Amino acid sequence: MPLDEASRLSGTTNIVFPDVPMLGLDTVWFQVAGSVCNLACTHCFISCSPDNHTHAMMDAAAVEIYLRESESLGVREFYFTGGEPFLNPEMIPILRAALRRGPATVLTNGTLITARRAADLKALSEDSAYSLDIRLSLDGFDAAANDAIRGPGTFVRILEAIGHLAAAGLNPVITVTEACEEAVGSAGRARLLGRLRDLGLDRPRLKVMPLLLLGAEAGRTRAYGKEETLAGTELTEADAASLQCASGRMVTAEGVYVCPILIDFPEARMGSTLAETLRPFPLRHRACHTCHVQGLNCRT
Amino acid sequence: MLPQDPSPSPLPASAFPRELFAGAYRRVAFFGGIYSNYLALDRALDLARSLKVDAVFALGDFGAFGPHPDRAVEILRGNGIVSIQGNYEEALSDAAEDCRCGYVDPRDNHYARLSFDYTAAKTAAPHKAWMGTLPRHLRMTLGDRRVLCCHGSPRRINEFLWASATSDAFLRKLLDDYQTDLLICTHTGLHWSRFLEPASGGSAGDGRPAGNGLLARHGRPARGIINVGALGRPANNGRTDVWFAIVEAGDDGTRIEFVPVAYDHARLAAEMEREGLPPEFRETILTGWWTTCLEILPAKERASGRY
Ligand code: SF4
Ligand code: SF4
Ligand SMILES: [Fe+2]
Repeated sequence: MPLDEASRLSGTTNIVFPDVPMLGLDTVWFQVAGSVCNLACTHCFISCSPDNHTHAMMDAAAVEIYLRESESLGVREFYFTGGEPFLNPEMIPILRAALRRGPATVLTNGTLITARRAADLKALSEDSAYSLDIRLSLDGFDAAANDAIRGPGTFVRILEAIGHLAAAGLNPVITVTEACEEAVGSAGRARLLGRLRDLGLDRPRLKVMPLLLLGAEAGRTRAYGKEETLAGTELTEADAASLQCASGRMVTAEGVYVCPILIDFPEARMGSTLAETLRPFPLRHRACHTCHVQGLNCRT
Repeated sequence: MLPQDPSPSPLPASAFPRELFAGAYRRVAFFGGIYSNYLALDRALDLARSLKVDAVFALGDFGAFGPHPDRAVEILRGNGIVSIQGNYEEALSDAAEDCRCGYVDPRDNHYARLSFDYTAAKTAAPHKAWMGTLPRHLRMTLGDRRVLCCHGSPRRINEFLWASATSDAFLRKLLDDYQTDLLICTHTGLHWSRFLEPASGGSAGDGRPAGNGLLARHGRPARGIINVGALGRPANNGRTDVWFAIVEAGDDGTRIEFVPVAYDHARLAAEMEREGLPPEFRETILTGWWTTCLEILPAKERASGRY
């Protein structure tokens, strides 16, 4: 066991970590593309890349089983991520199956969204009474800033994708991480919104996301320090309720994990069905500290 | 005024905290967020009376957005309207820092702050104290249907229940968990309703929000949700009308009627200007399109507005 791993699990002797309760299965995430991505961003918290096969893709049949189970457990909404979801050849049928049961959000890097795919997504969205939200991530206002993080040529491809979605009549939520320092200030925000309007989004939607110091991001900036855990912290009811792990679970090809953030940690795998994961979870990991301190949740 | 039980009796304390049992009715009007729009509230009360309802209930958020917050509160209290707390009443009576609206976007929060600071400064202390005494939920019966009224959702005062983001599965779970047939709520500002199959495990409801002014009939025993919308601001549809809902237990099932309320919106906008409220708020009142608090909208609701 590497040193870091050992210190992370050091709560076994006298350090007490708070448990997060499971309040209700509102959100079910699907690691639908596994850890395979056509990009290899330097800030990716699960280090996805074209040849990271740690997590396998899910096929439509596997997703269907969990969709049904979530429905019986009162699920409110579905999220699809990877890796890059549109590398999954069954992504459109998977979304259609989800949208029969509830609202769905896809987190994509956009580079695989062609005019044709944008039209397919629009048709899916029109066919359902539920919302289909597309979240597209961008890392800067120009090729230099974005491509330094996401790889050469990606900026232009992401803008093209936004153009295709806008032309199809879809309005993606553009997410920028705090790695894009300009996006945090209001002047930078206004500039980015202006840029999105120029691309055809007349009602641009923008969200700024905090970074997680895990995976590739730990190498780019820094890893979590030893002191940054929730050891000894008492969670108030409201604090606990705001964490993703209090109201959601992550389904992968290898079973169900506590949350989308910890799928690289075996102790975060809670079971093979959703029902068996509806129990409290100890917040031992340093990423839990970020979630708690920054109020990171799927609504932000 | 309206024949209404003036002193509802509480449920046994053990069942659900801070609930009142409001009685048995056949035809009832529900007012959603009023957001200080006392002119629309006044018109809505007249309309409800002329439409011969047994009672009127207010589901919280009396203040925010509009001018002179005490005026709406005085109309409610003066008419003995049985009311529950919204996030605004909870925040004002607790001397909270903000409105607890549940927004996450910085621009949305900027406007929410302007609105809350104005309302907090202009609401008289005795009204704030009264808000602190209000129940969280009301229960009643409409014919043979059990009804639960809440502000956002029964589990969270500021949870948004949007038509396009509330799955049938989730709705069923809320109805089961809170032991009710009909769930009546507001908080989003957009009115919609959906009925589920009588028993759980059946196929989904049609999922589509009911149209404006539509009289929806459903065979009994109906289970479902009615978001009554808001009297405070228009429904982001380019009409200046605001809305409330009438729910009636009929022999052929439960009927829902969304009632548009035309009122002197130009006067409201002029008063908002005199009170120094943001021009963006006035634009909403004058055009029927939302200009703020947009980032919380799901894709479908966002797509149907102008901004
Ligand atoms: S951050 Fe997203 S786009 Fe970038 S490598 Fe990771 S999964 Fe792929
Ligand atoms: S990383 Fe965040 S969501 Fe995941 S278990 Fe820790 S606190 Fe919960
Ligand atoms: Fe509210």
